[in-house]
Amino acid sequence: MTALVIRGGYLIDPAAGVDGLRDVLLKDGKVAEIAAAGKLKLANGTESLDATGLVLAPGLVDMHVHLREPGQGYKETIASGTAAAAAGGFTAVAAMPNTVPVNDSPETTRWMLAPERGAAIRVFPIAAATRGSKGEAINDFAALKAAGAVAVSDDGRPILKDGIMRETLAAAARVGLSVIQHAEDTRMTQGGSMNAGATAFKLGLRGMPAEAESSIVERDIRLVTEMRDTRAHLHVAHTSTAAALAAVRQARRSGLRVTCEVAPHHFLLTEEHVGLYNTNAKMCPPLRSAADRDALIEAILDGVVDAIATDHAPHAVHEKEVEFENAPNGIIGLETALGLSLRWLHKEWKMPLGRVLSLLSAQPAALLGLKGRGTLAVGSFADMVIFDPKAEWTYRAAEGKSKSRNTPFDGWTMQGKVRWTISEGRIAYAAETA
Amino acid sequence: MNLTSTPVRRQLSTPPVAASPFPLHPGSLLSVEDLSLADVSHILARATVLENMDPLLRDRILAKRRVALLFYESSTRTRTSFELAAKGLGADTALISSLSSSIEKGETLKDTGLTLRALGAETIILRHSSSGAPWLLEAATGLPVLNAGDGMHQHPTQALLDLRTMLAHLRPGVETVTAETLAGVTVTIVGDILHSRVARSNMLLLPKLGARVLLCGPKELLPDLAAQTGPGIAVERDFLAALGQSQAVIMLRIQAERLAGLQVDLEGYKTGYQLTQQRLAAHAPAALVLHPGPIIRGLELTAEVADGPQSLILEQVRNGVAIRMAVVERALTAAKEKGGRA
Repeated sequence: MTALVIRGGYLIDPAAGVDGLRDVLLKDGKVAEIAAAGKLKLANGTESLDATGLVLAPGLVDMHVHLREPGQGYKETIASGTAAAAAGGFTAVAAMPNTVPVNDSPETTRWMLAPERGAAIRVFPIAAATRGSKGEAINDFAALKAAGAVAVSDDGRPILKDGIMRETLAAAARVGLSVIQHAEDTRMTQGGSMNAGATAFKLGLRGMPAEAESSIVERDIRLVTEMRDTRAHLHVAHTSTAAALAAVRQARRSGLRVTCEVAPHHFLLTEEHVGLYNTNAKMCPPLRSAADRDALIEAILDGVVDAIATDHAPHAVHEKEVEFENAPNGIIGLETALGLSLRWLHKEWKMPLGRVLSLLSAQPAALLGLKGRGTLAVGSFADMVIFDPKAEWTYRAAEGKSKSRNTPFDGWTMQGKVRWTISEGRIAYAAETA
Repeated sequence: MNLTSTPVRRQLSTPPVAASPFPLHPGSLLSVEDLSLADVSHILARATVLENMDPLLRDRILAKRRVALLFYESSTRTRTSFELAAKGLGADTALISSLSSSIEKGETLKDTGLTLRALGAETIILRHSSSGAPWLLEAATGLPVLNAGDGMHQHPTQALLDLRTMLAHLRPGVETVTAETLAGVTVTIVGDILHSRVARSNMLLLPKLGARVLLCGPKELLPDLAAQTGPGIAVERDFLAALGQSQAVIMLRIQAERLAGLQVDLEGYKTGYQLTQQRLAAHAPAALVLHPGPIIRGLELTAEVADGPQSLILEQVRNGVAIRMAVVERALTAAKEKGGRA
């Protein structure tokens, strides 16, 4: 394999504690050497990228995406979804199992990982916790892990029954996998299509109450508390409410292995952004109240949130061009996560760049146990994003790499433009106007 | 759980909510919220003019213009009065209902709308069971859309005809309305507020004219947060106390088709909220009694009240034709380019 040197860039690697001008040599898919600018001794003809004025950082890791394969290639494929990921600076994505069929078998897991899928960057399947994600019978986690699964989840649905959730946590802990819970008490959200409250009332839409999320998070934390000795790891997906965050915060103080992720749309938007039935502002969990949104921002800034994850959920245009209550849940997010995080968390809310990048790479990599990713320490995978931190640009969904266009952020100003995304030493994305 | 344990450290700026581009067409009537007092005055004035006009002259106003009535839900009053209104202005009408059209075969609202436009429809009057459907139809077709009731959301012509009915009795002769026209007037809306587009339309329209709106009903049909829908709205659970303050009472049907599993104790409901002649005589002997229909005699109100001297139910129906003539005329005469309402 050829070598590639990145010259003149500013390396930010929070996990390795590096923050300065460095040249980086990539070789055989790994980080071979890091040195002060101009100090690398290179063989003649080594390929190089000029990263002057740019930031080099560990490739971003999205622990929550829907790539829609197998079964729904008209929304997205593993190839198109990972191309979108690469364009957004991601080098690893964890793919949720609510495909058709549900990824509840080693065969499907291996199918997703096969080279024929044409992935531009690394895909890490998350396997279904229960058979068909029906919440009734748990799967063989050891076999799924052996096939390549990095966590278990019934995402899209909750694991509702106490007994099944307890069994899932215990079985996953035995094989060293995390349980990612889609926290929604569906008995409280039936027929609901947005956050419950005065806005939903005014729009004549049935609501999904905040308690539907927080009650499941609280229940799950009780279960983890009861099995404290098992090393069970509960990870709360797409946390959207102040009450759920408060429960996670409390669990953390008690020393439990409870972690959570937040999606950009939840820390930026509120139920008011639904406007007059914008189906591209419809997702599950829904956009919440301003108080919830503010609590999410606060929890990100003070470190309670472990990761930013997009919940990238592509749907075809015709599926979203319907009555609001009939539209499917979900929005795409891979191509906007970095731009929105830099624009708001860093520029607007003054979060240090290293901490923002850590939430998008080192921390989710650690939560999923992805060894050698989320850092650019020598010997790590050569997974890297190179971006211009100062560049402002306007996101145009129609120009995106995803097959789908369902986003509320079309036309929004983004901060930080990705120039190159490098996946295991190979250029997975290069901006057209470098 | 202590939610106050993490006070927000600073006031953060957050992304603004973009201004609504709706209605896209100035002839559309999607929500009462889109109407200025000048718009309301215009519609009320045109309703009177058109109602009193020689039918042979009126017939020329929209001669041979094409109006589509697209009905996904059953309707007697609204559909018939819109149809009579459009025909009364000389327009050709076509009725499409979900049970005898390609909607049954799975055609989407967008495609149905585009098909009607291709057939020459210049405006579409839409009744739909999903809240928000008229916004989708307007965006898809670019035509002026008249909302004839969307789910639990809005029914603007009902609110306008209710207003015309109330004004005729409370402010006879007044057609140019202001923010004080209904100052000092309390209108109570009683019953299944949660599922009612009529309630939402009236509670947003009447306070614009200075009225106070009281909402009255049991918790399961009237959440407390309904009072936050707009200014001038309050919840009063005590029916008799609400009656005692009211110059007008709008009684609502319990919408069995939208209860979605909710169990309502009908005997308990009648005990608490049925409008009887005795209650009316004791607490609101001069109040106007309105009901958007269909009425269920013996449930939300007794037959005696429905047929009694305070009942304006049939007057509302008559006003429906006049109001709908005015909004159909407005739909087809408002200039799209200027953004100015005719």
